[in-house]
Amino acid sequence: MTPPTFFDFYSLLPYIILTVWACILLLVDLYIPKGRKGITAVLAAIGIAVSLGYSITQTGIEARGFTDMISLDGFSTFANVLLLASGLFSIALAYGYTKRMGIERGEYYTLLLFSLTGMMLMAQASDLIIVFLALELLSIPLYVLSAISRKLQSEESGLKYFLLGAFASGFVVYGTALIFGATGSTNLSVIFTQAASVGTSNLLLTIGAALLLVGFGFKVAAVPFHMWTPDVYQGAPTSVTAFMAAGAKIAGFVALFRVFATAFPSIASNLTDILWALSALTMIVGNLIAISQTNIKRMLAYSAIAHAGYVLMAFVPYGNETVSATAVAAGLFYLAAYALSNFGSWAVVIALEKSEGRGLGIDDYAGLAKKYPALALCMTVFMLSLIGFPPTLGMVGKFYLFRSAIAGGFTGLALIGVITSLISAYYYLRVVVNMYMKEGDPDVEREPWLGLTTSVTAIATVVVSFVPQFLFLLAYTAVLR
Amino acid sequence: MEFLLQPLTILTFLPLAGVLVLAFIDPGRKNVIRWIALVTSLVTFLVSLWVFSMFESSNPDLQLEAKYPWIQVAGWNIYYYLAVDGLSILLVMLTAFLTPISILSTWSAVEDRVKDFMIFFLLLEVGMTGVFLAQDLFLFYIFWEFTLVPMYFLIGIWGGPRRVYAAIKFFLYTMAGSILMLVAIIFLGIKADTFNVPTMLVRLPDLYATGTIPASVQMMLFIAFAAAFAIKVPMWPLHSWLPDAHVEAPTAGSVILAGVLLKMGTYGFLRFNLPLFPDASVQAAPWIALLATIGIIYGAAVSYAQSDVKKLVAYSSVSHLGFVMLGLFALNPEGVAGAILQMVNHGLSTGALFLLVGMIYEQTHTREIKEYGGLWKITPIFGTIMLIASLSSMGLPGLNGFVGEFTILLGAFGSEAIGNPWYAGISALGVIMAAVYILYMFQKVFLGPAGEITHHHELKDLNWREIITAIPLVVFMFWIGLYPKPFFDILAPAVEKLLSTLPL
Repeated sequence: MTPPTFFDFYSLLPYIILTVWACILLLVDLYIPKGRKGITAVLAAIGIAVSLGYSITQTGIEARGFTDMISLDGFSTFANVLLLASGLFSIALAYGYTKRMGIERGEYYTLLLFSLTGMMLMAQASDLIIVFLALELLSIPLYVLSAISRKLQSEESGLKYFLLGAFASGFVVYGTALIFGATGSTNLSVIFTQAASVGTSNLLLTIGAALLLVGFGFKVAAVPFHMWTPDVYQGAPTSVTAFMAAGAKIAGFVALFRVFATAFPSIASNLTDILWALSALTMIVGNLIAISQTNIKRMLAYSAIAHAGYVLMAFVPYGNETVSATAVAAGLFYLAAYALSNFGSWAVVIALEKSEGRGLGIDDYAGLAKKYPALALCMTVFMLSLIGFPPTLGMVGKFYLFRSAIAGGFTGLALIGVITSLISAYYYLRVVVNMYMKEGDPDVEREPWLGLTTSVTAIATVVVSFVPQFLFLLAYTAVLR
Repeated sequence: MEFLLQPLTILTFLPLAGVLVLAFIDPGRKNVIRWIALVTSLVTFLVSLWVFSMFESSNPDLQLEAKYPWIQVAGWNIYYYLAVDGLSILLVMLTAFLTPISILSTWSAVEDRVKDFMIFFLLLEVGMTGVFLAQDLFLFYIFWEFTLVPMYFLIGIWGGPRRVYAAIKFFLYTMAGSILMLVAIIFLGIKADTFNVPTMLVRLPDLYATGTIPASVQMMLFIAFAAAFAIKVPMWPLHSWLPDAHVEAPTAGSVILAGVLLKMGTYGFLRFNLPLFPDASVQAAPWIALLATIGIIYGAAVSYAQSDVKKLVAYSSVSHLGFVMLGLFALNPEGVAGAILQMVNHGLSTGALFLLVGMIYEQTHTREIKEYGGLWKITPIFGTIMLIASLSSMGLPGLNGFVGEFTILLGAFGSEAIGNPWYAGISALGVIMAAVYILYMFQKVFLGPAGEITHHHELKDLNWREIITAIPLVVFMFWIGLYPKPFFDILAPAVEKLLSTLPL
């Protein structure tokens, strides 16, 4: 065991900055008077911004640290930037919302930072032990955040998330143990070489990988591991839900991508069918059940489930060498597109939400376009983006996903993808119908940070769809090897 | 940024300038908004004339190309590529021509949320022009799908009583077709390693010859593209969204829907299905002809049964576009050229009919045929223009409809691809049936004893604005009807070139 060097720390720099900042903030927060916890929010945002800055400077740098437990590469940098940006958006959404809902507490922001560090560690982990640590680090603060409003629904949400999450973590640990048994290591690259030498026949390894898939499937809310999602998304404070829907999903997917693409290409033939079925089921079930929702939070929850299916679809051909790069890049690209529309639409939901859970029905959006045309326009952009309709980034992203699936020879799966997109158009359009074609008198909270988030994400969703080159390039150079 | 100065870029995106200006106008100043929209669309029309003046009709190739690398990273090979040729120039002109007319027709018809209306209308024009000009499948798909969004709002916000239902039905129906096309586009893009259609046309014959894309797959790709286009046309039996959309849409929306949006479907067959899938096209020709013939007869028969004028005109579109499809898949110069001309004709005559129906509806708020009667005595100008449009629609010699339908039938009779003159023979009945339902409608509304509405309303004849709106359409009806040669001259070289690539 060699002592850690400067490079070890450098490879984890954004993570370290954020962790240290979170710990300091925990203490500083004690001296910030109650009712002025907005200061904590700003401090937390500054921490994220600093970490984001360092993360961006790491673009193009590749390193391995801590005896190959941590990787820094294009993939992790892409994911880190995406996650940190999500963190900033989450704080922007929470700033006014927590105050308005009477749940403004300093812990909110420190917990968010800790959860964020866990997500970043997920992206950089190249050892299954680290994956597990990161998973717990990201989850436990999220459990607490879900329950933070101390209302019955919120507490139910936290408990449900915790119980099922703990169960899923168990799968990851068990899977790791089996893989260790099969290959004698928890390091991803060692597992890769061992797995390649034993070939596809190793049952223990396959079962281990499948168990990991269950664990990650739970985090990204893939069917049939999605049962918790609607209740937790609905019960948790909306700002937490937005963070969960983007951050936890991104983290789950980057871990899934890294572990499977670097460690298990040799047993891809065993896993492809499973991934295929998971993806198809997720797309179908998520979109079908979303149709019957009348609460916007639940609808977006099922939409989040469905989107996990689309990202999985691109990843199905990961074992095919000619397509594997595209598979990962398409997934990352879409996660970025999804994160944008996700935060935008949740920001609109927050703007309309009233205390006691009122203002969350899809009917409550009636007449929004007449009273608040800009807000309705932004929401329309997000809905179109989630359908995958031009001129939005969601359309470009879906094009990329379908290309990955079709190039990998899974045209049938792509067909399921487009047909479920059609189904999804129905329920996303219902929001648009309410906003533009029904009469109503909605009330909107005017908060500067909320407005900023909405407009920034809406403009980015449209503009980047016309100049997506840089995002393509970043996603493409983020390939795992 | 050089691409911004290309004539076709300017033509396509000029309406966006109007949208930008409108965005900063106070929604209450309705007349200012109307003028801005009208001027924008008129300037766009002038640009289209400029483009037309630069167009060489003897040249069968794509012209005025604006081709710039767009997304060339990460294994993508996508161009920003606009160009025009004999197949599309008339439709581009038609779009630029009908938009100001439609905007003019909304002057007093749309009072609610005028600003939003005009913004959506100009956005729609961007999408439609883009569809006819795009030569890269990715770009084409963006424009194609994008046209849905403004039209959806136009129907859904300013439409009739069942507007929401009609808007969603329109959106989902059309999207159902285009998503199949999306899969086919991506598949082609991967196989040919480009989305750029001219390059694809160079590479595809090899892929077909070597069996990289087997004949059965070619057929599937043909069907996937055809699904998108056939729904848009709409071909029987995929037409059921059309009556709803047409009846509920506001007048200007109906005009554009019938005049241009439906042509996007037939144009898609022409531009993409025929050249990209030549073998499949020839194979499918008899089947398409069968569906087209059924559509012609069915559309005409159902038209006759309507009691609502707008519905009657809507169903007549199903019949008329059946002719266009029949001509296209005759796959000979007469048929295809006739079909393209008929697309323009249908835009003019059905556009005019919707326009006129809208004008009277604005006064009476009913479209029931039985409530009218004896209108001619009160509104002679309206009656005259309506008569011309009706006769044009039913294909009276001397007016434009006749030229198109006659050429199409000529092509279909002698078509080797269809291989059976009976389709043309039965379709010819459609012309007679058109006379029946159109004259029946005309007689009930304009002649005979005064009906309930005619009695109880103080009906005014067309005012100057309405006459100016309708006159340009009438001029073209006569022009094409009496001297169609310049129009055919524009088409002929490009049609020859297209057909020369088909295995006939």
